[in-house]
Amino acid sequence: MSTTQSLHSLWTSAAAEPDKIPSPHIEYAQLSPTLIVLGAALVGILIEAFVPRRARYNAQVVLAIAGLASAFAAVIALALDGYGTTKAKIAAMGAIAVDGPALFLQGTILLVGVVAVFTFAERRLDPKKHGNHVDSFTPQAAATPGGEAEREAARAGFTTTEVFPLALFAIAGMLIFPAANDLLTLFIALEVFSLPLYILCALARRNRLMSQEAAVKYFLLGAFSSAFLLFGIALLYGYAGAVDYSSIARVVSNSEANVDPALAGTMGNDALLLIGGAMILVGMLFKVGAVPFHMWTPDVYQGAPTPVTGLMASATKVAGFGALLRLLYVVLPGLRWDWEPVMWGAAIITMLGGAIVAITQTDIKRMLAYSSIAHAGFMLAGVIATSEDGVSSVLFYLAAYSFVTLGAFAVVTLVRDAGGEATHLSKWAGLGRRSPLVAAVFAVFLLAFAGIPLTSGFTGKFAVFKAAAESGAGALVVIGVISSAIAAFFYIRVIVLMFFQEPKVDGPSVAVPSPMTITAITVGVAVTVVLGVAPQYFLDLAGQAGVFVR
Amino acid sequence: MESLIGLLVGAPLLGAAVLLCGGRRLDRAGHWLGTALAASSFVIGLLLFADMLGEETEQRAMHQHLFSWIPVNGFQADVAFQLDQLSMTFVLLITGVGTLIHLYSIGYMEHDERRRRFFGYLNLFLAAMLLLVLADNFLLLYVGWEGVGLASYLLIGFWQHKPSAATAAKKAFLVNRVGDVGLSIAIMIMFTTFGTFAFGPVFEATGETSEGKLTAIGLMLLLAACGKSAQVPLQSWLGDAMEGPTPVSALIHAATMVTAGVYLITRSGAIFNAAPDAQTVVVVVGAVTLLFGAFVGCAKDDIKKALAGSTMSQIGYMMLAAGLGPIGYAFAIMHLVTHGFFKAGLFLGAGSVMHGMNDEVDMRRYGGLRKYMPVTFVTFGLGYLAIIGFPGLSGFFSKDQIIEAAFAKGGTQGWILGSVTLLGAAITAYYMTRVMALTFFGEKRWSETGKDAVHPHESPKSMTIPMIVLAFGSVFAGGLFKWNESFVHWLEPVTQFEHGHSPLSATAVTSMTVVALVIGVGTAWLQYGRRPVPAVAPRGSLLTRAVRRDFLQDDLNHVALVKPGEYLTRGLVYVDHKLVDGVVNGTAATVGGASGRLRRVQNGFVRSYAVSMFGGAAVLVAATLLMRAV
Repeated sequence: MSTTQSLHSLWTSAAAEPDKIPSPHIEYAQLSPTLIVLGAALVGILIEAFVPRRARYNAQVVLAIAGLASAFAAVIALALDGYGTTKAKIAAMGAIAVDGPALFLQGTILLVGVVAVFTFAERRLDPKKHGNHVDSFTPQAAATPGGEAEREAARAGFTTTEVFPLALFAIAGMLIFPAANDLLTLFIALEVFSLPLYILCALARRNRLMSQEAAVKYFLLGAFSSAFLLFGIALLYGYAGAVDYSSIARVVSNSEANVDPALAGTMGNDALLLIGGAMILVGMLFKVGAVPFHMWTPDVYQGAPTPVTGLMASATKVAGFGALLRLLYVVLPGLRWDWEPVMWGAAIITMLGGAIVAITQTDIKRMLAYSSIAHAGFMLAGVIATSEDGVSSVLFYLAAYSFVTLGAFAVVTLVRDAGGEATHLSKWAGLGRRSPLVAAVFAVFLLAFAGIPLTSGFTGKFAVFKAAAESGAGALVVIGVISSAIAAFFYIRVIVLMFFQEPKVDGPSVAVPSPMTITAITVGVAVTVVLGVAPQYFLDLAGQAGVFVR
Repeated sequence: MESLIGLLVGAPLLGAAVLLCGGRRLDRAGHWLGTALAASSFVIGLLLFADMLGEETEQRAMHQHLFSWIPVNGFQADVAFQLDQLSMTFVLLITGVGTLIHLYSIGYMEHDERRRRFFGYLNLFLAAMLLLVLADNFLLLYVGWEGVGLASYLLIGFWQHKPSAATAAKKAFLVNRVGDVGLSIAIMIMFTTFGTFAFGPVFEATGETSEGKLTAIGLMLLLAACGKSAQVPLQSWLGDAMEGPTPVSALIHAATMVTAGVYLITRSGAIFNAAPDAQTVVVVVGAVTLLFGAFVGCAKDDIKKALAGSTMSQIGYMMLAAGLGPIGYAFAIMHLVTHGFFKAGLFLGAGSVMHGMNDEVDMRRYGGLRKYMPVTFVTFGLGYLAIIGFPGLSGFFSKDQIIEAAFAKGGTQGWILGSVTLLGAAITAYYMTRVMALTFFGEKRWSETGKDAVHPHESPKSMTIPMIVLAFGSVFAGGLFKWNESFVHWLEPVTQFEHGHSPLSATAVTSMTVVALVIGVGTAWLQYGRRPVPAVAPRGSLLTRAVRRDFLQDDLNHVALVKPGEYLTRGLVYVDHKLVDGVVNGTAATVGGASGRLRRVQNGFVRSYAVSMFGGAAVLVAATLLMRAV
């Protein structure tokens, strides 16, 4: 009995005989990572409601880190138990997959989440205001920017500790997204992680108008893309009469035996399948920031508080690519010849577009935004490989890339002048003379972005290009290498700027962060170097996790 | 015992690492550390030597496999050592003379601020040189070969504040690179021919290889040897290399490094034996260099440059002997060892003279120094007697054997080579007597008052003791080696040995050598010992002037190599600017322009973003449908 039929009978029987509702079978143990994070988020809300303001910050930070860490431990336990390989299964009545890719991506998202929470919790970068520590977030989100209420809130020492539960909700959504095994769960997961991110984007303490503008843009365009996704889901339901991946795949490959009489008119209509599939792809490509659905990225990355940008740029990408991989490999493998050319096009313009436009950027956050677009293109090349190697190379790339990104944005928060973060590139001139350590760390991240050997960026790029080339996408690899060369220009330019130019007299200074940010940056550098110098263990890990459960 | 071989290289390498990375903290004790590590390497060498003597002749070679360096299918490079009689000889020479020179440098470099660094470089040199002679394959030998070149560069240019020293270092490095290319090509040919570059398999396979290939390998090895051993046509760097501190000249540019070429030829004997044409070229190079160096030695007024010419000439002897094949290898190495003693002694003596004469190097400003520096005079004098081949001293035995072997080559070649070696012996006697007479005899051509006042004095003990030790070697080493033909028997398992059949009897050759010696010494004594020497060199004949400029070697290189090179570079720079840069900049401008235009699409209005998304979605859907339709 397919899920739809079971749901259908659930509804009808519920109406007829209220006391005979079968309780759904939920594998709590296998879903524990997500449940732990959701639970922690809910407790976070209770803390907001009942704990005195003074104690909230500490409580929230401890709760968030403990929640994410124990969820990570749960992922490890599941993986050690063999759920990534031999015991992979579909849980929660067909809604959520517990398999290699899901566990690998969930582990990555949770680690990235922990590091991101560290940057969220940083409150030593700016001097104290009115005797209170300040962080990257506005004291009171509802107050008009620059208004009296805002000043009042600042004077009273308010802080927006809601960011921690919001981040936890977003992370929980991201955990479900790549594991979702039916289209409705996929959509709900998307909304669960998008809505908190919209709010987080609006919470910057400085440049509040820009931050709010970014949030509104993100929200509007996100809603727009959700509409595409939802419409695509409807069309696919019309085509297959089901929303769970394996049923759709069976219909696509013409092996479905039972046809629902109510859907007999539309089922198997290829137009529905193609249009629906393409629209779902649109929704996915929007989330991973591929051209031409990328235009929100620079504006939102620039406007959002930098720690939030770091979380978005890393974890969202991991979740988005995970879901995209599962869709293409589990639901639409029979349609390979239809989606492959389209994805080729998307990959090419994403790689080239991101790299080319980044050249003329003058703001470091915008530059990193375009860089993230180019990297999405590189990963699409791995997605197109449609092989087990393709999956594992993208998994590795995601893990490598997310830590570099998070680290880079963490460094961006350190370089400050009177107006907050000094994100204009000209202000970074000569940073290497003033703060050699910070500049050197940033240089490591830039080299990793550029894919220079001995950094994780090189290993990741090598893996995806190798997978793409082996599956016959040689032309794509050539274009990828050319875009890498173009991209290297603007990464190296920042290094030149930092180390080979005279510092400006009124240049920014580097704030001394708390151990929180130091930990975040150290983890970023460590992962970057380890994955670059000794990647084999992690490549093997990603290799083992390259099979989707069907 | 085998496990000690690695330590031979390891000890000085450790010294180099500690001294060069240790920083100023080690300034006070660094030189002692460097010397101690060199000495410990020598002691290990002695232990291994004793062990080796205890073994049967055929089982003396030791091997140590340290680790696999580049393990690739079909390409196996190992870091493995081979210590046989030939390597052992070099190990003892390098570490022994090296230790003495370390000791000497403690006094010589006493007032130099960068003494610690100097000892670091010396240690580095020892490590590289030991690696060179201990390697059991050509690739590892190449590592040592390059390491030696690097150390030599660093040491020649040690006084980098002097432009002349910096230039000399660069020159030495560049000329050596030419030779290094030869070695690398030789290794490449070996790999393609034999599939390996380990000594054993390569030498075993020579029998089944075409002579053409072996000749090619041999000539490339010879090119390498010419670079490192300053043989014609790559000889031009050695004279300038005397810009380095004198201990460096003694250690590297007289006793050890410059003999690496002879080692390479002797080690590759199996290749040369099977490639007679290459052997002939080796002999010719040796003979030409022998005379070239000797003439240059006659014309120089700079004491170190005169000695440098003599070095070139003596290595010419060794090359010539090595080119003779199994009748000559043993004598080449024997002369190499005795030369190591007396040439190092002579250089240290020269350094001692300079030390007492305010670093004056012009021999025309010396004179009558024997009364002021008695120890230097005696030790230098013994080295002098040894190098000219005074009967009974080291040089006599070793050089005499080479001359004999040259005659034994047979035929016209034999007569020519024999005459060349005899002529060389006469000239050697001439220029060395000149050096001796100008420096220690005659009237003093310096003053103790006035602007250029000098106060000659004997050098400190740390300098004189090494000189005394080396003088002992200069006197007795040759006799010891010759006694019972012990040295030849020692090396025989490695280099083989055949008795040459000389058309002249041994007595005849010896007496001719002595006659040549007497003629050389007599002429020089008449010219420089009995007549007053002008303090400024006379203009001299055209030939003299040409020889003073090293037979115009630099001018020749300039016209034949430097100028065409410059034109080529200029041409390439032009092409690079106009053509390559044009294409590159054009591409960059195109990409930049595209970037600027594309950037304008990003206008900040959410409505236009939405339109672009909608357009993108429409294209995506249309393209998907189209794909199915096609």
